[in-house]
Amino acid sequence: MNPDQTAGTQKTCFHCGETITTPAIRNAEKYFCCNGCRQVYLLLNESNLYSYYDLNPTPGKTNPGQAEKAGFAYLDDPAVIDRLTLHNEGTLATVIFKIPSIHCSSCVYVLEKLYKLDPGIRSSDVDFLRKELSFEYDTSRTQLRKIVTLLASIGYEPQIDLTNSKNTIHQTSRQDLYIKLGIAGFAFGNIMLLSLPEYLAIRDKVDPLLQTLFRVLSLLLALPVLLVSARGYFKGALTGLRQGLINIDFPVSLGILSLFGRSVYEIISGSGSGYLDSFVALVFLLLLGKLFQDKSYATLSFERDYRSYFPVSVIKKTAAGEVNISLSKLKTGDRILIRNGEIIPADAILIRSNTQIDYSFVTGESAPVEKSAGDLLYAGGRQVGGAIEVDVVKPVSQSYLTQLWNKDLYRKHQKSPLLSLTDRISRNFTAGLVLIAIAAAGYWASQDLPRAVNAFTAVLIVACPCALALSAPFTLGTAMRVFGNNHFYLKNMNVVEALDKIDTVIFDKTGTLTYSGKSAVKFRPIAGQMELTRTEKKRIRSLVRHSGHPLSQSLYRWLGEGQLLKVTNYREVPGQGIEGFVADHQLKLGSAGFTGVSQKAGPGSSVWFSQDGICRGYFRLDNEYRPGLGKTLARLSRNYALALLSGDNDRERESLLQYFPAGELHFNQSPFEKLSFIRQRQKSGAKVLMVGDGLNDAGSLKQSNVGVSVSEDKNAFSPACDGILSAGEFSKLPDFLLLAKDAGRIIRLSFLISFLYNGIGIGFAVTGNLSPLISAVLMPVSSISVVAFSTLATRYAGRRRGLPI
Amino acid sequence: MSVIFILIIAGLIIALGFLIAFIWAVKSGQFDDRETPAMRILFDDSIRHHNKNNKSEKS
Repeated sequence: MNPDQTAGTQKTCFHCGETITTPAIRNAEKYFCCNGCRQVYLLLNESNLYSYYDLNPTPGKTNPGQAEKAGFAYLDDPAVIDRLTLHNEGTLATVIFKIPSIHCSSCVYVLEKLYKLDPGIRSSDVDFLRKELSFEYDTSRTQLRKIVTLLASIGYEPQIDLTNSKNTIHQTSRQDLYIKLGIAGFAFGNIMLLSLPEYLAIRDKVDPLLQTLFRVLSLLLALPVLLVSARGYFKGALTGLRQGLINIDFPVSLGILSLFGRSVYEIISGSGSGYLDSFVALVFLLLLGKLFQDKSYATLSFERDYRSYFPVSVIKKTAAGEVNISLSKLKTGDRILIRNGEIIPADAILIRSNTQIDYSFVTGESAPVEKSAGDLLYAGGRQVGGAIEVDVVKPVSQSYLTQLWNKDLYRKHQKSPLLSLTDRISRNFTAGLVLIAIAAAGYWASQDLPRAVNAFTAVLIVACPCALALSAPFTLGTAMRVFGNNHFYLKNMNVVEALDKIDTVIFDKTGTLTYSGKSAVKFRPIAGQMELTRTEKKRIRSLVRHSGHPLSQSLYRWLGEGQLLKVTNYREVPGQGIEGFVADHQLKLGSAGFTGVSQKAGPGSSVWFSQDGICRGYFRLDNEYRPGLGKTLARLSRNYALALLSGDNDRERESLLQYFPAGELHFNQSPFEKLSFIRQRQKSGAKVLMVGDGLNDAGSLKQSNVGVSVSEDKNAFSPACDGILSAGEFSKLPDFLLLAKDAGRIIRLSFLISFLYNGIGIGFAVTGNLSPLISAVLMPVSSISVVAFSTLATRYAGRRRGLPI
Repeated sequence: MSVIFILIIAGLIIALGFLIAFIWAVKSGQFDDRETPAMRILFDDSIRHHNKNNKSEKS
């Protein structure tokens, strides 16, 4: 077999755009990196979907190909189908899937033309931002399993999550806000027009009948604003009161109600035209602020638990043979089959064949652990090696790791004493406001009773904390946007406020401070042997390419690029190593015993290498720290107490000590120990930011005041957290924290501005003479200037911290 | 002067029509996804909604 690659020309795959390293597969004029890509091309071409390639060059993202037919067998289960189906109408069923690989318009094109690939699909729709595909299919003409297999075969494997498949809540709340905003905006514009005679002080020249009409119309227009648009504020204030606290909604509601009530009174009694224009303007602006603060990342999930990491189905061994069952049906005592690269779904005992389990994502330990028959395997580990058989000893929900979620361990956020700054200020603000209003009314009461009532309501109206309510959403919302543009995604705005108060930063090691799946490799020849030659490296690289073992993959990456050689008689011995013939040389890679030496390589991961029976030496694989780690941590240590909690052993203590001068290094920490460490810190008053990545950090991420998960791919699994930081931006962490501090300062400043306006307004109001014009000018001006200040100041702060928006 | 009564009422009714149209648009989901339709319009053949009309058939 000759590799048909001409030297010098780098070919890229027509489907996925990857550089072709293996012998290219040709089809007419086009080259493909693998058979999977070619299959997709042929299928799309046959179905007249060639535009897929016209819209974007090389739209395929990942290597499709091996869609395992058996892997989706659980989709034949009626209970599973029912779970996934949104609604059923005769033989028509609607299903929504999340498909993470949706990334360009070609994806939209091909996914909305699914009916050409499977006539049983009636229609399909893509929501690009949410990366969702919804489709309607005819259950009598096709099956869900067939559709999913089809999707997977063209490279769009859906992420099937049986736990929360029916979520449409977000959408409706958004619609609700739009409608409220629409009504308020409509009334705002029209009432302003109708109030024009009042503004121009041409009241006397206007026909009295016309004036009455204007006032009545304004009242009619304002009514739906009170009943529909402003409803949320009354509800919020009531819930707050029921919990015994006064939140920002309370003074807002107070202002809204006194504005409306006094306007109605003036219009009905004919004594004036009221402040309906200010009323609707206020509601409109407040709702705009809500729209701004509602921005969230629909495609990201911050609430994932172990169930989105574990497989959806497992292969169960029964007397009748192998059957695919969904994970929820797995019981204690079941014997299941786990193949290479699959995740162990429940605590189980290994029955057949030795293996290695990669727990790096669960415990933070970087090297795979060797297990032999009879050993207990904890759920969450990834099996590396041949297929194994295990007996389940604990149900999925009670396995060691999953307990982290089920236990009532965390009493965070909800009803914690950590009130937002706005709510804390608004409590004092409301008290002060009511006091001033009563004082003003008391002062006038003895001389002029109507004036006293006027003064009382005027204070409540003019001091309505519109600007106060807007400054936090706009500042935090802008900060969140700046973070998002720099690949730091927060769950909601409150996280920015919590970040401002952080004083302790705790890191996980593996995958957080180090690269996951990338190692610093060094070759150490044993006595009497030379360094590796280039041809030897090429041979090793060809051999390790065939193995899915994490160490093999690290070696493969380290050995660089270039052409690969043919490997014959390849064999993988689980827990031992790999061997095979490359260019007539017998190569062995693996443990010391496997390659025929009795020597020890010292602590850490090492891979021994022998060629034609002669041991040449070993590869040392050390964790590689993220670039600029020292500088990042040094910057952080100026303002924060730093600590490290690692599930790994302490062989890197020395090299880590330079980064953590305070010496807060804790190794061999179990997930539970990590959690209790953080809790202890919090008890002594610390506000903790936890930066972690794996499942083993899930507990500590939840317990900490702010839990940030570092992720190489933001759509990949990350445990429940408050924020997801793209791994490439790790060095910007100090800047993010600085900006959060700036945001806190900006909010306090804009509070000051808003108090200034309130002071001026109250100055007018206490006299009892609040003209509608002053109110109509003062309220929007104060709101708009606060909004402008907080938005612009946050943007400026972001730019100053090197975080462009 | 009295023509202004008619004008104002007529103007309000037209504006109300737009408000109702807006609410209908929101309710029918036109604001749920503001990204994909922009891509969809570039595709050549659009027989996408070929089935939306005969939804009433029930077996």
